[in-house]
This record gives sequence, structure tokens and C-alpha cells, in this order.
Amino acid sequence: MSIFLEKRAQSSRLLSALAPLLAIILALLMGAIIIALSGTNPWEAYREMFVGAFGSGYALSETMVKTIPLILCSLGVGIAFRATLWNIGAEGQLYMGAFAAGGIALAFPQGQGWWLIPLMVLASLVGGALWGLIPGLLKAKLNVNEIITSLLLNYVAILWFQYWIYGPWKDPLGYGFPYTAPFGEGAWLPTLAGTRIHLGLAFAVLAALFLYFLLKSTRVGYEIRIIGENPQAARYAGMNIPGAILLVFAISGGLAGLAGMGEISGVIHRLQPAISPGFGYTAIIIAWLARFNPWLTIAVSFLFGGLLVGGYSLRAFGLSDSLVLILQGLILFLLLGGDILTRYRLRWKGGRA
Amino acid sequence: MNEKVRMEGIFKRFPGVIANDGVDLDIREGEIHALLGENGAGKTTLMCVLAGIYSPDAGTIRIDGEKALIRSPRDAIHAGIGMVHQHFMLVAPYSVAENVTLGLNKPRFLLNERKLEAEVGKVAQSFGIQVDPHAKIWQLSVGEQQRVEILKSLYRGAKILILDEPTAVLTPQEVRELFATLRQMAKAGHTLVIISHKLEEVMSLSDRISIMRKGKRIATVNTKDTNPTELARLMVGREMLFELHKEKATPGDEVLSFCNLHALSDKGLPALRDISLSVRSKEIVGIAGVAGNGQRELAEVITGLRSATSGKVLVNGKDVTNNSPRQVIDQGVAHIPEDRKGAGTAPNLCVLDNLMLKCYRVEPFKNGPLLNLGRIREFAAKLVKQFQISTPSLETPVKLLSGGNVQKLILAREIATFSELMIAVHPTRGLDVGATEDVHQMLLEQRSKGAAILLISEDLDELLALSDRIDVIYEGKFMGEVPADADQIETIGLMMAGKKGEIQQPVPAGIRAQA
Ligand SMILES: Nc1ncnc2c1ncn2[C@@H]1O[C@H](COP(=O)(O)OP(=O)(O)OP(=O)(O)O)[C@@H](O)[C@H]1O
Ligand SMILES: [Mg+2]
Repeated sequence: MSIFLEKRAQSSRLLSALAPLLAIILALLMGAIIIALSGTNPWEAYREMFVGAFGSGYALSETMVKTIPLILCSLGVGIAFRATLWNIGAEGQLYMGAFAAGGIALAFPQGQGWWLIPLMVLASLVGGALWGLIPGLLKAKLNVNEIITSLLLNYVAILWFQYWIYGPWKDPLGYGFPYTAPFGEGAWLPTLAGTRIHLGLAFAVLAALFLYFLLKSTRVGYEIRIIGENPQAARYAGMNIPGAILLVFAISGGLAGLAGMGEISGVIHRLQPAISPGFGYTAIIIAWLARFNPWLTIAVSFLFGGLLVGGYSLRAFGLSDSLVLILQGLILFLLLGGDILTRYRLRWKGGRA
Repeated sequence: MNEKVRMEGIFKRFPGVIANDGVDLDIREGEIHALLGENGAGKTTLMCVLAGIYSPDAGTIRIDGEKALIRSPRDAIHAGIGMVHQHFMLVAPYSVAENVTLGLNKPRFLLNERKLEAEVGKVAQSFGIQVDPHAKIWQLSVGEQQRVEILKSLYRGAKILILDEPTAVLTPQEVRELFATLRQMAKAGHTLVIISHKLEEVMSLSDRISIMRKGKRIATVNTKDTNPTELARLMVGREMLFELHKEKATPGDEVLSFCNLHALSDKGLPALRDISLSVRSKEIVGIAGVAGNGQRELAEVITGLRSATSGKVLVNGKDVTNNSPRQVIDQGVAHIPEDRKGAGTAPNLCVLDNLMLKCYRVEPFKNGPLLNLGRIREFAAKLVKQFQISTPSLETPVKLLSGGNVQKLILAREIATFSELMIAVHPTRGLDVGATEDVHQMLLEQRSKGAAILLISEDLDELLALSDRIDVIYEGKFMGEVPADADQIETIGLMMAGKKGEIQQPVPAGIRAQA
């Protein structure tokens, strides 16, 4: 008896709609086994996670805080996916955006002008975009695989970021702790009364609108869609493919950079060695789940924001919140597996050929 | 003859279209049964139902008189049915023998590779199929790959073999070989169904012919009791002219010229060697030749998709040698590419997106950096109507259109957006007789309006009907130029085979597809 895959003539539409949902459910089931193995009742753990993430006004607001950078990074990763470019470097681009914006904030500790926040936004967009342009340029000009370059540049970016915090930008009044001085209040993004939800939410929604409009109604958006579907047809139509690749990486990196700005200016208010629990990596999963659709991206980001926040509640059980990472990994894994099952079907077969 | 297959009341609906509307069809054992019909008539769909690729919404299939449940290609194989699609499904880095045996649940790694190859070779030989079991797929020509597909079905024990437009991509020589193989298979008791748009082929090969129109089978006739005129009338529902009205050529200024052109193929071998030609406005120049002799490279060099290693290309007197495709397009050059799924369209995107591929960056379809979607939609709707592209809507992904309708879409787009020069490579490949005639008419109209057209085709009848003069290409070189007269066929045939100045000799049979 053996099991094998048989190609489906038509990919099953029902299955491909259900696949993401199934992936999440299956991942939760597998996670339950892991939780049970560590001696906790999985049902209670999950309930605690759910309550922690969505169970109260405060929980919801915290979930929303995490959702903001997730939306921005996922939109960036998603637009690259649309052009069949794999930007695995959102994490690094987020750090570079934070670096650029943080540099501005630190340069104007007394800054109170209306211009400071816009300047920081601009700096983060440019910082992230420039970092994104490195793999973009290598891809466009030399056809270097962008998956590897963008991934490896994450480590470079984070180390660069930390160098400044441990070194030149360390707060002289900080008792040697690796922090920069806190930003002046002029560099803080306004928040919704009583919560930590900051103006970055508006940026995120605007970004989704922008991408939707870009893909649907602009010439370059159309080019991106054609290049993503069939680069040969794009070449035949005389499209500037290297140019589009550069643009996509710039947008992709810029959005991730903006996410970094939101974190430091809206939440942390200073620079510290770690400012992201892997938003840029989670974004890859979200973009995939949301099928690169800007609106779905917002919804899925909210779910994953909840997963992150809910994960903190696990500490009450003596469980590490890295369980969340395991769950995320399982979801991605099952999602990719599910993708195969929408195109192939499993067959059992005994004996004779 | 026994009835081998009986399809009854086959009904298949796709979103927005009824592809098969209660089709009855019976196919006899050992016959070659041809399926004819306009583009989008439902031929491919009907055969996909038989091969288990689509499951019908209603209807039954009987094999040897017994009801058969065919729900997947696997079931079809069990029932002895195999299908060769227009787009082959082979794994390029694998050998022929590996491809043939792939997916069979045999412990392949235990089997000696030599033995496997010998076994596959034996099956091939018994049907007169010439192919080296050891060769890798990527080394094979299109015709050879098709043989591998046929072999694959035979090796799996197919008694009923379906071929979807098998000759569309073959050279005349390969068509002859294929037909010989098919006849041999029929003689050995196999049952064959062949879809084709080429009436002479159907007349020469088949025993019976079924004609489909708009999802229904409207007639089945014995081949020996019919003729192409009747077939065409049945298919199209109108009298075909089979004769084009071609005005006398009145060539104007030179639009395209190239001289001493050299270029390499994808494999890095010389594909064009020192060729020169000029095309003037109000003129159609044909390039004849067996596929793979540099035609594709020539079209690509002119349109900027491939670089010339030396030589010059001029469009309207402007040097465009090794310009970008964009620059060439901006000179008013249109291109109907050879490969419609590869370059001509983005199959996952919709009809609208594909129709705007060439015009989206010019007025009035652009609006600064934006698209003028209203205008584009109007334009696309007009083209769909004018060129009779049958599609449920402008939002339908192109991959769901029938083969001929994809070709019509490309033609519509290119004809609508060009002004000066058209490079047309196999413009009517896959089109039904009616649509072919329309396209021919359209190209002639463009010619009288002042266009210059370079027509690259393997179809000598098409070349003779449309061109004003014909150049023959062989191994990347021009063998010579002849006026487009029917009495030049023999000369052209010889030159296509690489022979020059031996016109007095008898013509080797089969330079053209069998008449
Ligand atoms: N998978 C599909 N989904 C939706 N519509 C389809 C699908 N396959 C075919 N169609 C539609 O069904 C109709 C019949 O298509 P089919 O491919 O059977 O035509 P055909 O007779 O083979 O035409 P051609 O000669 O152009 O190849 C067409 O209108 C086509 O657009
Ligand atoms: Mg077809």
C-alpha cells in the first residue's frame, strides 16, 4: 500500500478557499498536543490566549497595537509577491526605517514643530526603501536571487541598528543600559485616548488604500501584475522590468520602514536593541494567507496581532510565549502543504500498478 | 465495426458558457474519428470529459457497450483512454523512458534503467514511433515530444487515443510521420479521435467526421462521402469562399529593412546567418520555411526581444538594431508571437488585462500615470465584438478561453494597436476555417491601407494566398525569393529542404502536408 499525489485537472476552488482556514485549525490542534505534552490543559491555554487577545477592551487595544506594524510589513511583502518577488527582508527594512526615523528624533530632542513627525515618516520610508533597494538592485541588474539577499540583509540591518544603540547613540544618563535617550514628546505619534493605539493605524489603512489603487488604476500597478503573472509577456509588451522590480522593492521596504517608525515613535519612544518580535517574518505568513489582497491583509494581521498578544498570557501557565512562534511556523507549513493539496489529490493505492 | 465509445447527452457548463449542450457521439473500434468545429464549439471540452479531466454535469459514457464511470484521468487510463493535449505535460530534465513510465506505481529505482529503456523502445518500435528512449526531453523537437506523449498513452495500455490539434505545431514532414503512426495504430485495432481545423488533413486521415457547433454535435459524416466545402458549411453555417480577394500589389516606401543580420539561438548556436530583406508599405512579404530554421529568432530580433550579433535593422529609415522592445513598439511595430501562452498573454489575468497589453501607455488609454479604465473597457468590448472573441465576460481569465479564442485575442490586440509594420508569426494557427478567412481578409485590408506585413508561416497555402513575394529560409539563411504564384510551390519546397537551383528535378513527396 502506498500513498501518492495525483495532479488535479482543475485546482479545487472550494479547497483553495478553505485551505487557509484549515491550516489555522490544524496548527491549533497540533499546538494543543504540544501544550498537553508540557502538562497544561490546551483548552484552558487557548481560552486564556483568546481572552488575552480579544477578551476585553484593553486586550483588543493591545492586539490593535501589534496589528499596525503587521499590516504595514505584510502589505510590503504582499506587493512584492504580486510581482513574484520574494522579499524576506521586511524585518531588516523595519529596523532601517526605525534607525532613520530614530536618528531624526534624537537629532531634535527638543523638537516641537509640526514638521518633526512628517520628517520622521519620510526618513523611515526612505530608510526602509533604500534597504529594500539593495536586494532589488541585485535582482534587477544582476539577477541575484532576492530571497537570499533580502534574508541575509536582515542580520546586517539589526546589527547595524544595535551598533548605534550600544555605541554612539547610547543614553549617557542610562546607567550603561543599551538604550538611547527617550525621544522628545514632539517625536511621539499621537495615540487614541486611553490606549496605546497610535496614528500608525491610519498610516496602515492609507497604505492599504494606496496599494489597492496602485494595482488597480495605475500604469505601473498594471505592469507589476503582468510581470508577476508572466515576465515574458511583460518583456514582449515592452515593459521596463528592472524599473518595476526596483519600484516594488522600494515600496515594499518603505512600508516596512514605516512600520519601524510606528513602533519607536508610537510605542517605545526611544531606540532599544530589539524593537520587533519578528513582525517582518510574520508578515510573510500573513501575506500568503491573505493572498496578497490589501483588505484581507488587514483582517489577517489583526488575527496574528491577537496571536502575539494572546501568547503573552501563556506565561501564566509557565509556558513560553515562543509557542506562538511554533504556531506561526505550523500555520505556514500547513498552508504551503494545503496549497499542494488544492492542486493535487492524495491517492491510496495497494499492490498492483 | 463495433461501437467502442458512446457518449450520451453530455452536458458541461462553465461559468457563463455551456461548453457541451447534450452531445451524443459514438466512436467505432479501429476508426480514425475526426472532430471538427469552430473555435469554442466545445471540442476540447468534450474530449476532456472522455479523458476524465472534466466531469460532465450530465450524460453517460459507455465503453464497449458498458457504462463507464470516468471521474479522473486515472479512471480514463483504466478504461483504456489516453489524451495528448496541445500543451505537453512532460518533465524536461528527465529521459524519454522516465517520462513514459513516470507515475506508474512501479518500483522504478529497482528496475534497471537499461531494461526500462529497452521496454519503452520496444513499444515505440511496434508502432513505428521513432524516438530515442534515452534522450532527455529538453533535447527533443516539438514533434518528438508529441511522440513521447503518444508513447506515454500507449505504454499505459490506451486503446482509445485522443489528439487535440496535434498537427498545429508540427512541420509538414512531422505531420506525415504522425499520420503514418496513427494509421498503423488504427490498423492494429486502436481507436483514434483527432481534433483539427485543417480540412485537407481531416479528409486524408479520418474515416468519419463529427462536426460540432455551439456546444452541440450537428452532424457525423463518412469521410469518403463528403468534401471540404460541405464540411466548412456545416461548421460555420455559411458558405465559405476559400478564395481571397487580393488586389494587385502597389508597394510604397520601404518600412522595414534589415541587412547582413546575424543572431544566436537560445542554445547559443547561430540561428540567423547574414540575411537581408526589405518590406515596403502596402506589401506582404512571406517567409517560408520548416519550423526551427530561424523564423522565431528573426521575428524576435526585429522586435527587440533578441539581440543581433551583427547587422542592421531599420524601421522607417530609423536604425532600431538592438533597441529595446519598447522602442520598437513605439515605432509602430506590432508582433503576433509564435508562443501565445508564453509571450502573447498572461493566462491567469483576464481578457481586459490582456487586451490592453500594448495600448495601456498611450493616449487615450493612459491618464498621466493612471489608466483610463473607462476608455480601456470600451476599447476591449469593441475588440471582443469585432473579432468575435467568445468569452463570458471581459473579466474571464484568458486561460479559460478555447485555444482559438486566445489566438483571436492576440490578433485583435495587435491589429488594433499597430500602425506601420506587422510581424505576424503563424497568425492563424489554431483558428477555425471561418476565423482564418477573416484574419486573412483583415491582413489584406491592412495591406491596402498602407501597412507593411512580414508574414512568417509554415502553411504554404496561406503564404501563397496572402504574400506578394516569398523568401525561403533554411538554417538561418535565405535560399532565395520567388513571386507568390501557385506554380512556385515546387521551387519553394526545394528551397525549404535546402536545395537551390535544382528545380528541374522531381519534387520529393511530402514537402507539403499531404493534400
Ligand atoms: N475550464 C474552463 N472554464 C471555463 N470555461 C471554459 C473552460 N474550458 C473551456 N471553456 C469554455 O468553453 C467553451 C468551449 O471551449 P473548448 O475549449 O471546448 O472549445 P474548442 O472547440 O476546443 O475550441 P478551439 O478550436 O478554439 O480550441 C469556450 O467558450 C471556452 O471559453
Ligand atoms: Mg480546443
